[in-house]
Amino acid sequence: MTDTTPERHAFADGMAVLAAAVFALLGLALTFGSRDPAMAFHGALIAAAAILGGLAVLSGVGAPKKEDRDTYMDGPIRVATIAAVVWGIAGFIVGDLLAWQMAVPALNFDIPWLSFGRLRPLHTSAVIFAFGGNVLIATSLYVVQRTSHARLAGRWSPWFVVWGYQVFIAIAGTGYLLGITQSKEYAEPEWYADLFLTVIWVVYLLIFLATLAKRREPHIYVANWFYLAFIVTVAMLHLVNNAAVPVSFFETKSYIAYSGVQDAMTQWWYGHNAVGFFLTAGFLGIMYYFIPKRVERPVYSYRLSIVHFWTLIFIYIWAGPHHLHYTALPDWAQTLGMTFSIMLWMPSWGGMINGLMTLAGAWDKLRTDPVVRLLVVSVAFYGMSTFEGPLMSIKAVNSLSHYTDWTIGHVHSGALGWVAMVSFGAIYCLVPWLWNRKGLYSIRLVEWHFWISTIGILLYITAMWVSGITQGLMWRAYDKLGFLQYSFIETVEAMKPYYVIRAVGGLLFVIGGFIMAYNIWRTIRGDEAVDLAEQPRVAAAPSVRLSPAE
Amino acid sequence: MKHEVFEKNSIILLVGILVAVSIGGLVQIAPLFWIDSTIEKVKGMRPYTPLEQAGRDIYIREGCYGCHSQMVRTLRDEVERYGHYSLAAESMYDHPFQWGSKRTGPDLARVGGKYSDQWQAEHMINPRALVPESIMPGYPWLATTKLDTTRMVDRVKTLKMLGVPYTEEMIANVDKDIQAQIQTEGRAVRDLKKRYPKARNGKFDQRPGTEVSELDALVAYLQILGQLVDFTTFDAAGPNLR
Repeated sequence: MTDTTPERHAFADGMAVLAAAVFALLGLALTFGSRDPAMAFHGALIAAAAILGGLAVLSGVGAPKKEDRDTYMDGPIRVATIAAVVWGIAGFIVGDLLAWQMAVPALNFDIPWLSFGRLRPLHTSAVIFAFGGNVLIATSLYVVQRTSHARLAGRWSPWFVVWGYQVFIAIAGTGYLLGITQSKEYAEPEWYADLFLTVIWVVYLLIFLATLAKRREPHIYVANWFYLAFIVTVAMLHLVNNAAVPVSFFETKSYIAYSGVQDAMTQWWYGHNAVGFFLTAGFLGIMYYFIPKRVERPVYSYRLSIVHFWTLIFIYIWAGPHHLHYTALPDWAQTLGMTFSIMLWMPSWGGMINGLMTLAGAWDKLRTDPVVRLLVVSVAFYGMSTFEGPLMSIKAVNSLSHYTDWTIGHVHSGALGWVAMVSFGAIYCLVPWLWNRKGLYSIRLVEWHFWISTIGILLYITAMWVSGITQGLMWRAYDKLGFLQYSFIETVEAMKPYYVIRAVGGLLFVIGGFIMAYNIWRTIRGDEAVDLAEQPRVAAAPSVRLSPAE
Repeated sequence: MKHEVFEKNSIILLVGILVAVSIGGLVQIAPLFWIDSTIEKVKGMRPYTPLEQAGRDIYIREGCYGCHSQMVRTLRDEVERYGHYSLAAESMYDHPFQWGSKRTGPDLARVGGKYSDQWQAEHMINPRALVPESIMPGYPWLATTKLDTTRMVDRVKTLKMLGVPYTEEMIANVDKDIQAQIQTEGRAVRDLKKRYPKARNGKFDQRPGTEVSELDALVAYLQILGQLVDFTTFDAAGPNLR
């Protein structure tokens, strides 16, 4: 048999250059065709990235060496991991600035791109899609290779997914500052950015499926079910919710295809499942791989995994209408949404139990390994917010909590406590594994990071509970004569101390982020670990790891 | 059936996932497009005037929805604080909807006519000059930025394509109607009001001259919110009841 590998590689290189050329031409067409400077800038960004990418392919930078064929492809994963840390800190900082703006409105500075309304989507997108998304891309591409015993499919496409995703983030983020937004929460990027993301996402899905197809394990590991559900469902949500007609192909502005009540339902079907599939299913994939790996124990129950998986993905999709209780959405839809939201409690806790009980027989690691603690406490926060969520979806509770800071607190107990903590845990595992280090630069810094973040989160969510419930009660308070007791502005005034406490909590979380970045940077640079003796053997990369004592 | 089937074939797993995640959306979203009672039959709804629509585009651009809802819920205190609960019909021409999810500031579904144009303009420029405890950002640049009207015809045409009932006459008069709405009187104003009943006119930003500012557009939009449906003819217990 003749070796066709060189021909296949040449073909792949050719296709990659062709794709880069197409993107460069599209970008240049936007740059020179549009009278809108923002769109011209975004076109230039795409063109520049495409040209750099094309040149990289032509010059062979990053091209896999021959002996690499039987190894894993980790280059794109390293990029996504670093990107997650960088975007994460940026997103945390913007979030904390927003928190301070609510305590001290002068911090809006009367400048368009610093005002709350434009920074808010920058914060949400940066933390969800830039930080969370890069963590998901990094971990999913890592896990699918290890659990399939197969190298990633594609020669250049994983690089395209990772770098393309960063370009998308840059387009979306700069767009918000310039006032380019669809106003659909967590789906703010305009039509051209949406189309660009669609291409990236489809390639991501194909890489994932093709890698699964190449697997040398008969079974697809449970973490991959969750990753696959995340990738595929997010594609569906993205395509349906963003259906829009651009005013012209050379203009950033578009109008959403749906209106009013249908648009509201579609948006919250999307919005709640951005939580369900981006921030939950994807991160459960992390839980199902990184917790067993780090504590060196199998997943608690295989059967529970199966029940957890199918019930979670089936029920989650129905929960959207609980964002629209007592609105002009028909009652039948509200009732369905509430019913399924309450049912969702069960699969959520099933998953939590499966994650926590994986520590059975290894609970001491919670004390000795702060990375395990990050992972496990994240699952505990997951349990707490997935109890709070169904509670808040009950119409009577929702009539009080909706539109108040309670919702904000709930989101952040999930986002900071669950998503960010499990991400930190995964990043602390991944970095030594990806860069072939014997451990992290310092496990004691992880300890600091854990405690500072946890205190920050607790300040945040308790402040929001108090402010949210207070405000909800003040809005509906009546005086003895039967009149509303408080004007709206009185309820705003009452929030001030809680806004300050929340902003302080957020600041602690930002500081934790910087501690992580420093630790990761020292680890990647290859600095001698300062406390290697205190780190478990799994902290080391597999290639430099000692075999188990037994 | 053994679960092995899903675990050993990625395509079967993929199809299983797609089936599981499609059902909820199909049941909850699709019927809203064909069940008649979803949107009440009311009198008074009309497309936004070009200036109001331009103001709406600015409302979206500045992210106002992050802090203001436009949805009065069917709760006693809300109806007393803001007015009649919001109907689905009231946002039937809103692409996209602006119901919002948070009330850092008050609901705006019925803010139209609640304050004078002058109050709205001054409040946008410096909220704390009028409401000292307010935490809203100031938007002074809106008053000094000329409204870009060059693309307004195309925007209105796009909305028409999506089902907003703009007539040929409305589209032919987009530029004229924008200018007319900031005038205090005259033939053009009367024509505007014939096309768009209840449209409010005047120099919304309180600045002299005939240049249309972004603030003019935004205030025109705020002043029409909740004004269109004729509630004297709306019967919640009638055929609209759902």
